[in-house]
Amino acid sequence: MIVAVASGKGGTGKTTVAASLATIWDGPVLGVDLDVEEPNLHLFLHPAIAGSEIAHMTVPTVDEAKCTYCGACSELCQFKAISVFNQVILTFPEMCHSCGGCMAICPEKAISPGQRELGEISWGRAGGVGFLAGRLRIGEAMSPPLMRRVKARLEQMLAAAGGDAIIDAPPGVSCPAVNAVMDSEVILLVTEPTPFGVYDFKLAWEAFTPLGKPMGAVINRAGLGNDAIYRFCQEKGLPILAEIPYDRAIAEAYSRGRIIADLSPGLKETFVTLRDKIRDLAKPSQPRAAAHA
Amino acid sequence: MNRIAVTSEGPSLDDQVDPRFGRAAGFVVVDLETMETQYIDNGQSQVMAQGAGIQAAELVARAGVSCLLTGSVGPKAFQALAAAGIKVGQNLEGLTVREAVARFKSGQVEIAQAANRAGR
Amino acid sequence: MREIIIISGKGGTGKTSLTGAFAHLARNKVICDLDVDAPDLHLLLQPAKERSEEFYSGHEAQIDGEICDGCGLCATMCQFGAIWENGAGFAVDPVRCEGCKVCVAFCPVAAIRFPERHCGQWYISATRFGPLVHAQLFPGAENSGRLVMVLKQQARELAKARGAGLVLCDGAPGIGCPVISSLSGAHLAVAVTEPTPSGRHDLERVAGLCRHFQTALAVIINKYDLNPDETARIEVFCHDESYPVLARLPHDPRVTRAMVQGLVVTELPESDFSRELGHAWSRIEALAGLKG
Repeated sequence: MIVAVASGKGGTGKTTVAASLATIWDGPVLGVDLDVEEPNLHLFLHPAIAGSEIAHMTVPTVDEAKCTYCGACSELCQFKAISVFNQVILTFPEMCHSCGGCMAICPEKAISPGQRELGEISWGRAGGVGFLAGRLRIGEAMSPPLMRRVKARLEQMLAAAGGDAIIDAPPGVSCPAVNAVMDSEVILLVTEPTPFGVYDFKLAWEAFTPLGKPMGAVINRAGLGNDAIYRFCQEKGLPILAEIPYDRAIAEAYSRGRIIADLSPGLKETFVTLRDKIRDLAKPSQPRAAAHA
Repeated sequence: MNRIAVTSEGPSLDDQVDPRFGRAAGFVVVDLETMETQYIDNGQSQVMAQGAGIQAAELVARAGVSCLLTGSVGPKAFQALAAAGIKVGQNLEGLTVREAVARFKSGQVEIAQAANRAGR
Repeated sequence: MREIIIISGKGGTGKTSLTGAFAHLARNKVICDLDVDAPDLHLLLQPAKERSEEFYSGHEAQIDGEICDGCGLCATMCQFGAIWENGAGFAVDPVRCEGCKVCVAFCPVAAIRFPERHCGQWYISATRFGPLVHAQLFPGAENSGRLVMVLKQQARELAKARGAGLVLCDGAPGIGCPVISSLSGAHLAVAVTEPTPSGRHDLERVAGLCRHFQTALAVIINKYDLNPDETARIEVFCHDESYPVLARLPHDPRVTRAMVQGLVVTELPESDFSRELGHAWSRIEALAGLKG
């Protein structure tokens, strides 16, 4: 089972919840950091890194000896990663989305695959918990290409060793967040009961509902703000699977990199119950056997 | 043939220089000898999600000009223009097209060695 | 005219709450919410919309079932797993479609349309603190940064038209496209961080981004009293990299109380927090070269 821990608003506690869940999980589990722009899961799980690799994506390389400057590639490219004018051909690898179009359309077969560095993928273990993370190169604009490669490695790791995975997703509701949750079986939406938390939660609910996955809410810092979030969840039939109270002691412990589930028996129980409710929510999955997005 | 292009908010010599290149409204192409003009609308670049500067460079390159006058050019567009052999004069916002051309003709425009704007 | 952007790296550090307060304190400005993915500034500013525009960006492929003969070449060529067989032929999953046009170009029977993608809306509104330029991407839309550029352009034009000396922007979290676009042409970035491992880690990354794009950076440490040791570590980092620390703000429930009331924290009765925030704003004005 793959559980994605997401939220509309940043800073509501996704990583906190993902780390605690992974720590109390009963059975083989992988903590996966798909927030490749700002990966934080390692700061709480403290994994021993066993290996890493630089992830690349395919970008066009032109053999100008074969190029006739016909412009078919430039005409097709939606991202202006390859440009032909007069008797000049230029590539802009940082714009490329790796669609393969230019290579396929070139009548002279003058374009072959080159590489652009996306960032780094690392893996290891933190006690009984497996760990996998992506880290985007600073200056690399898009996260989904690196996220796809991390997800591909996740599939390999699960196929080899079995078990479950808990994904720490990036915040927001646009394509990086959708990419992180789209191949999971259950989506947890973490929020805080403040006006910003509620507003962004509604956006997340709108963004993820069309994916057709079972979803549940986790209310962090319960007691802060107002109760609009509870009314919304009730209205939409969204189960609230856990509440973590607003407590300065918890905030201070978090600021020291502590796992919240370790702070007290009560908090541990909250996450154990959350785990069980997630299992109840998950349906048997039939993922499409297509390449990952 | 001695033609230059100027980014412009409109089709005439008395329109303001458009400070942008990639998403400029259009380009006034000026024949330096006759001062005859031709206008190239840049609408197709404006609607692009990314790469507007490169698209604009293609448009300007096909017009067969030797120099481009504007406010700012980003690094990718600068690279494209350089590859096409087109010189770039920057920091000309606030002038009309006519005034920018006059400055160029009198040798007051510095030819840029690099884009004056950081890329995104 | 100066452009100042409030960023964070890590989400939830208080970027939007502080931007709202700065919007209150600043004079003669246009306010801009560049977090188009999850915009929250409007919850504090209660904008009255004066202009509303549709935002189209990129394209998406749509297979016409009447023309499709089921050859499946599109599905084979699609690098994004966006094309699937639905019993009646092939169909494109709009969530996965990258808008690359490869299927459109190679379909042997020209069965695939390629319309523009309607990604969101943007607005120019009036607020009690001045004009606000803001937007909402439709949930799931691509956030390439293009909408951010549209908003910045509109804000600049509005500032020019109204003689405003400042464009004050609420930025997006992270270091990707939208943040990169936000930094373009900004005179000063102010990073709001918090003394937690994530706060410091993400500050370092967003600082790296500002360095990469040559944007001046200053820092505000919010909720500093949660962890004085971590606050000290952040201050050492800032000192080593020459980023001015503009303020250390205490963790104060006032901020949420104000939010719940639809106010910014400087609209509540004066407090240590609001005073320190006022000092921070004066320092920002000085750093950005705004006339005091």
